Amino acid sequence: MNEQKETIITVKNLVKKFGNFKANDNLSFEVFKGEIFGFLGANGAGKTTAIKILCGLWAPTSGEINVAGFDIYTQTEQVKKNIGYMSQKFSLYEDITVFENIRLFGGIYGLSRREIAQRATDLMRRLDLEHSRDKLISSLPLGWRQKLAFSVAILHKPKLVFLDEPTGGVDPVTRRKFWDQIYEAADRGITVFVTTHYMDEAEYCDRVSIMVDGRIADLDTPSALKGKYRVKNMNEVFLKIARIKPDEYNKLEPIYKVRKFK
Amino acid sequence: MALNINNINKSFEGLQALNDITFSVREGELFGLIGPDGSGKTTLFRVITTLLLPDRGEVNLFGLDVLKNYKKVRQLVGYMAGRFSLYHDLTVEENLKFYATVFGTTVEENYDLIKDVYCQIEPFKTRKAGKLSGGMKQKLALSCALIHKPRLLVLDEPTTGVDAVSRKEFWDMLKRLQKKGITILVSTPYMDEASLCDRVGLIQKGNLLSVNKPENIIAEYQRELLSVSSDNLYKLVNDLRNDEDTHSAFLFGHSVHLTRKDRQASAKQVIKYLKDKGHERIYVKVIKPEIEDCFMDLMHEEDEI
Amino acid sequence: MKRFWGFVLKEFLHIFRDPRTMLILFGMPIVQILLFGYVITNEIKDIKIAILDQSKDPVTIELTNKIISSGFFILDRNIKNINEVEDVFKEGNVRQVIIFESGFGRKLKREGTANIQLIADASDANTANLVVHYTMAIINDFVREQNKLTGSPIQFIPEVRMLYNNELKGVYMFIPGIMAMILILVSAMMTSISIVREKELGTMETLLVSPLRPTQIILGKVTPYVALSFINAVTIIVMGNLVFGMPVQGSIILLLAESILYILLGLSLGILISTITKSQQNAMFISLFTLMIPTILLSGFIFPIENMPKILQWLSFFIPPRWFISIIKNIMLKGTGLMYVWKETLILIVMTSIFFGLSIRKFKIRLE
Repeated sequence: MNEQKETIITVKNLVKKFGNFKANDNLSFEVFKGEIFGFLGANGAGKTTAIKILCGLWAPTSGEINVAGFDIYTQTEQVKKNIGYMSQKFSLYEDITVFENIRLFGGIYGLSRREIAQRATDLMRRLDLEHSRDKLISSLPLGWRQKLAFSVAILHKPKLVFLDEPTGGVDPVTRRKFWDQIYEAADRGITVFVTTHYMDEAEYCDRVSIMVDGRIADLDTPSALKGKYRVKNMNEVFLKIARIKPDEYNKLEPIYKVRKFK
Repeated sequence: MALNINNINKSFEGLQALNDITFSVREGELFGLIGPDGSGKTTLFRVITTLLLPDRGEVNLFGLDVLKNYKKVRQLVGYMAGRFSLYHDLTVEENLKFYATVFGTTVEENYDLIKDVYCQIEPFKTRKAGKLSGGMKQKLALSCALIHKPRLLVLDEPTTGVDAVSRKEFWDMLKRLQKKGITILVSTPYMDEASLCDRVGLIQKGNLLSVNKPENIIAEYQRELLSVSSDNLYKLVNDLRNDEDTHSAFLFGHSVHLTRKDRQASAKQVIKYLKDKGHERIYVKVIKPEIEDCFMDLMHEEDEI
Repeated sequence: MKRFWGFVLKEFLHIFRDPRTMLILFGMPIVQILLFGYVITNEIKDIKIAILDQSKDPVTIELTNKIISSGFFILDRNIKNINEVEDVFKEGNVRQVIIFESGFGRKLKREGTANIQLIADASDANTANLVVHYTMAIINDFVREQNKLTGSPIQFIPEVRMLYNNELKGVYMFIPGIMAMILILVSAMMTSISIVREKELGTMETLLVSPLRPTQIILGKVTPYVALSFINAVTIIVMGNLVFGMPVQGSIILLLAESILYILLGLSLGILISTITKSQQNAMFISLFTLMIPTILLSGFIFPIENMPKILQWLSFFIPPRWFISIIKNIMLKGTGLMYVWKETLILIVMTSIFFGLSIRKFKIRLE
């Protein structure tokens, strides 16, 4: 396998300040094309801030950031066209039908009428939703809504999709079915950037980064992290890392190391 | 018994939110109600705390009928609602003082009880509650629910949206409160928190699937469970699902948890099947189920549409 | 009791911490009064008038010159016939017609008295009133000059007719109107929003589970707004008096007592609104549509009730501000006592008790 993986997100020395508070303190990392990248961290560690910057919603204070081949400062519109985004809080409009939602989001991303019709049919067949084309979203069970929301988020075939806690509060079966979808998307070459509070989900990622107090405390494959901290699962890795005081960082191994994966 | 719940039914606009719920919580127990969003946890807690009237059924709290003696019941219960009901424009200290006066007591009077929780946020007592982090809000809300020395503490999803570190600290605090004689009823969508409770109730779509000690729920698991891993996790789970002998195959961390239709797990058959499919570094072993396996086994298949 | 005051204290903290609430509470009354006050009492200038001089003698010509040279009026045209008056008004430019009776000067010399008729377009009541007052002032000035010159007392008898709105209303109308509007907005909208906010935040759940009784929660919510609305009422009365010379002829105690009654009415409405809404936005819209707009349109604040279609007149009976405006106008302008406003007061008392009864019954001890 080629050592030189193609990168889709490159972040160098990203700093975001709110007043005197550094929400993102000198972040540097890369996300490779086609991988599932887990972005973990405690509440208030700066995850949301970083995602908002990567999606082009907020401007960073300083740093070089390239997303999907575009510069975040000067080519914000192109960045937005090439990414998909789904959060737990808002996904679809509940008071309109399945097809109307697809048409709406297709339209927002500038798909032609023909493309929308074609992809909608395709999508509904794949999700087994053909009979629900004209049903209101609010009448669908939660699990289906979530599947649909994800499919809509990648309807415009983005290179990269951001998922912000997509599985919060969902039952264990639905949660796994959702991950099946994530794998499927990754299989089709879409890079997945995902945050979660479920540590077992961290194991599904190709690589994970763990943020503590605005910095990336560690970044590696799940198995490498478990080996490094000599623990059984990612939950324990997280507990170990998140408890380390900031000034103890330096005593650890180098934080950022690109490893071969898969 | 601290709490007896008998045949509680509740529906909203034709939707059955609670279906014949019956269980009890012993005095001094730490009882966990575990289920995903929309399973009826919050509705049940609102019935217990007198906020909602059930369509049918009885709730008995320390010998008091909750429906008839709601005023007395309200003195005995400390309720921490989901979304931490705090006043965001008031400071930490003002929130606590307010809830103390509302319950006819003072912070000083019951400081002993809340000290363990409150001392962690006391350095920020002049900060507005809206400016606190999730974990700090959670601690403040717990202090407020405890301020009147309730006999039963009802906590609705106190760990939702809170990171793993804060979650662990929170459970440690609950354990310490339990030692002080407070009965605790707590709900959570996180299956892995089940093992921290004395007993748990698993709830899904308004139905109580099981009530028992966590270890007994695991002991009651009927099937043999295999943990399977190979070099390609995504292909693995797909291949296993396509195997006609497979009953269920779910991702579980870095492996797949597999149950087979014949209930007798045969590791050899699985390895052979996977080898034929071209997998390498296949690793299969029989494992003890976790609560999450039990829950998935007990829960009904998702509604078809 | 301690619980109750703890609750009230918390409410005050909410109010004082939120700049927007403070602005609405204390900024709005002052701005509204100044705004309405200056818009309505604006100085008149270059008002077009028409003159029907049936006499054309030196006296009428001199008086006409004096009126036109005052700077307030422009002579749009001279008309010849009384029948033209109606047409002139219908064209819309002319706001006032001045009619001198025939043989004006002669009559004045012989009998010491003569008639001038002032006809104003009172569809704009305030302007009409001002126009007539200015004209009368000019005429009176002229009379005084004439008296000095001739030594024998003469007198004009101006006959004022307000077309389209006979019984002129609107001069001091705006202060009672603003008072009625602001008090009901502050008391009803602010209370309903502050109650609904607790529902939105989820804190209402905790309050309901606490030993606080529903009446304590309601009273605790209402008390700060009684105090603040009262301060508002006083501000409006004082500003009306100092800035616009709005008198208080009657008993100030009675005036304040009636204001408190009206504030309570607003609060009870606010609680009622809060029991039927779930979001702050909703509470605000309902307050605006059911309270503010009827107050402006149907209370007689801006549009005289007598000129409304029957059905709207009938509807206005149910608008509390209508009665309040009538009460305070009586007290402030006519100086009447309770004897003359007891009917309106009774109506307000009945309304308040109905709303309070309803809202306490509807305020749930549970969430549903």
